[in-house]
Amino acid sequence: MYKIDKLNELAKVVAEKRAANADLEPTRMTAEEKDALLAEFHPDYKDGEFTVLSAGVNKGDKVPTQLAELLQGSSRISASDVDLSAPDFDTDVLIIGGGGAGASAAIEADEAGVKAMIVTKLRIGDANTMMAEGGIQAADKPNDSPAIHFIDAFGGGHFAAKPELVNKLVTKAPEAIQWLNKLGVEFDKEEDGTMVTTHGGGTSRKRMHAAKDYSGAEIMRTLRDEVINRGIPVIDFTAAVEIILDENGKAAGAVLMNMETKELLVARAKTVIIATGGAGRLHYQGFPTSNHYGATADGLVLGYRVGASLLYADTLQYHPTGTGYPEQIFGALVTEKVRSLGAKLVNINGDVFMHPLETRDVTAASIIRECTARDKGIETNLGKAVWLDTPMIEYKHGEGTIEKRIPAMLRMFGKYGIDIRKEPILVYPTLHYQNGGLNINVDCSTDVENLYAAGEVAGGIHGRNRLMGNSLLDVIVFGRNAGMCAAEKAKGVNTPDKLTLNHIEKFNTELESAGVKNETASPMLLPHYARKK
Amino acid sequence: MENMLNIYLFGKKYQVPSGLTIMTAMEYAGYELVRGCGCRNGFCGACATIYRIKGESQLHGCLACQTEIEEGMYVATLPFFPLEKRVYEINEIKPDMQVMMQLYPEIYSCIGCNACTKACTQELNVMQYIAYAQRGEYEKCAEESFDCVMCGVCSSRCPAGISHPQVAMLARRLNGKYIAPECEHLADRVNEINEGIYDEKMAELMSKAVDSVQELKDMYNHRDIEK
Ligand code: FES
Repeated sequence: MYKIDKLNELAKVVAEKRAANADLEPTRMTAEEKDALLAEFHPDYKDGEFTVLSAGVNKGDKVPTQLAELLQGSSRISASDVDLSAPDFDTDVLIIGGGGAGASAAIEADEAGVKAMIVTKLRIGDANTMMAEGGIQAADKPNDSPAIHFIDAFGGGHFAAKPELVNKLVTKAPEAIQWLNKLGVEFDKEEDGTMVTTHGGGTSRKRMHAAKDYSGAEIMRTLRDEVINRGIPVIDFTAAVEIILDENGKAAGAVLMNMETKELLVARAKTVIIATGGAGRLHYQGFPTSNHYGATADGLVLGYRVGASLLYADTLQYHPTGTGYPEQIFGALVTEKVRSLGAKLVNINGDVFMHPLETRDVTAASIIRECTARDKGIETNLGKAVWLDTPMIEYKHGEGTIEKRIPAMLRMFGKYGIDIRKEPILVYPTLHYQNGGLNINVDCSTDVENLYAAGEVAGGIHGRNRLMGNSLLDVIVFGRNAGMCAAEKAKGVNTPDKLTLNHIEKFNTELESAGVKNETASPMLLPHYARKK
Repeated sequence: MENMLNIYLFGKKYQVPSGLTIMTAMEYAGYELVRGCGCRNGFCGACATIYRIKGESQLHGCLACQTEIEEGMYVATLPFFPLEKRVYEINEIKPDMQVMMQLYPEIYSCIGCNACTKACTQELNVMQYIAYAQRGEYEKCAEESFDCVMCGVCSSRCPAGISHPQVAMLARRLNGKYIAPECEHLADRVNEINEGIYDEKMAELMSKAVDSVQELKDMYNHRDIEK
């Protein structure tokens, strides 16, 4: 039951039309309809929310205003704050970030026989990987192929992705699933071992593998366990605040900061992997976010300052179904799997207004249109939202389906008195994913030699829109790849002997001459949620 | 005027608006969290918390990010709990009873008090999954413990010193790797890819992506979609 009577009344309208709605097969939009919809309603197209960069390698490109503020912000240190001649840590591969990509990279670097080390500003596993609910794509069924997966991913990303990265993503996908399974990750399977797979928005084959709706959590906790089993050092509550270069401008380590004591430390490395994840906590355009607490774009700042370029930093993914109500979980993710299982999107009149499995950007724009131009949203104290008719899942597939397939969703809403088996839920887009990021090559290298990037911080794999289930896949495929390639590179590199932080002054000078230097300390590290009195 | 509630953070009283979670109430009170905050969505277990309502005897375990505040709540967060994680080589262990006996022998000291189950922030039947682990029934242990976020509140209440989440972690890995049925179509596809069966097709798609995007667009817009 909703605490607001009006919502219970409106939910009845949805219930009345459920049977008829369940039978509907809503038509999909044409390419032209989608383009027009996106241009008018998708947040990426709101020019006023972007700023053109005045300094750095992407000078002249637009990025979200909050990101520009950080990219052109102020370093937390100056070169004289640390003694670069006496490193506190020495390693072959330094991995910044303890999520799915960082952990995968560490395991592969270790496997390759080099010394790897993870630093993370929170704990290993405090990452968006942990929260990925819906699943992971891989074309491993007989009616599917890497080629079909390629077309889905490349088309879903509006033909803007780097083809060689998409190729790597899809051809390494089955191996990634196998690797995880061999590490002990559980997947939903039939009794004969056949993977239980479903559709995601924009997929043309059912290739979404899952572990209930804890897919990311199951993967992340297993990777973490494996990192610990291997004895790979994990320095937690320690953020990277600057990349260190050698005298030839190659990456050679990082300056670290203890998050609690603020002590500065120097880590020297032969190669460095940035695996810091996304930026949801920057709350672009005031959107709530489904991201974890540390998603503050740190890696983009670290890389940008030493000269690594960004690709598609202006495209963000607003997940169509963030929680619209109640306030305690406002913005939290309602997994796309809810729609994969058959729940449809419904407006205030109880009418289905779109096909529930269009790509995420199209779906988000369509929900925004329903709540604005068409004025058919449901109003609460938190703003407008539309219904996601969850009881339709059990109407179609029988009682018990929800508990079995999406237990996390049942629990999340259940805590606030809403039984998603009986009542539809309210959803509205939430800031979910950074489609772009540091520009990488197929070996995960960036523009700066010996500096690699993997996971959400990297750009180019998903073009301008990512499909559900391609992100968990990306962190595993490219995390592993970065680990292997950075390890291989490290084997041929001598321990850098002259470390420098000259880039800080250089970048400052560039900012000053462009007249944009601001006082915002960056990287941000953590959002500022404490109420200022 | 908002409805204000009295809560006690580490014993100190604060007035905060009703409707907040323990986590957002702490932030309302002025805390800038570094510890005890991860996903903010009930998946990572960073925000393990214990509380008691003033005047009541029962002690509750919860996730601060998932729990609405109540009047008279005494809150102590548990941002770290020293769980014992034993290390092993996943390729060398077997899903038999020995492995649990060797790695987590303390599970056999369980006295059946059920405090772990009562404390679980995910409402799991913790004592039951430990019983399955004792008997080497890893499939059942994996299923029963599946929603565990490894927050450690159970272990904080255990008189036998068991690190329940780590026991369950081992059981799930054993199940996922050794007990659950192997997937044939997955192995087949990996082999096909390694044999290079798709190389030509992929090369063709990649060159189309560069030279004739329009062709790819047509393929995308007219691809058939599995029902
Ligand atoms: S912060 Fe992750 S479970 Fe609460």
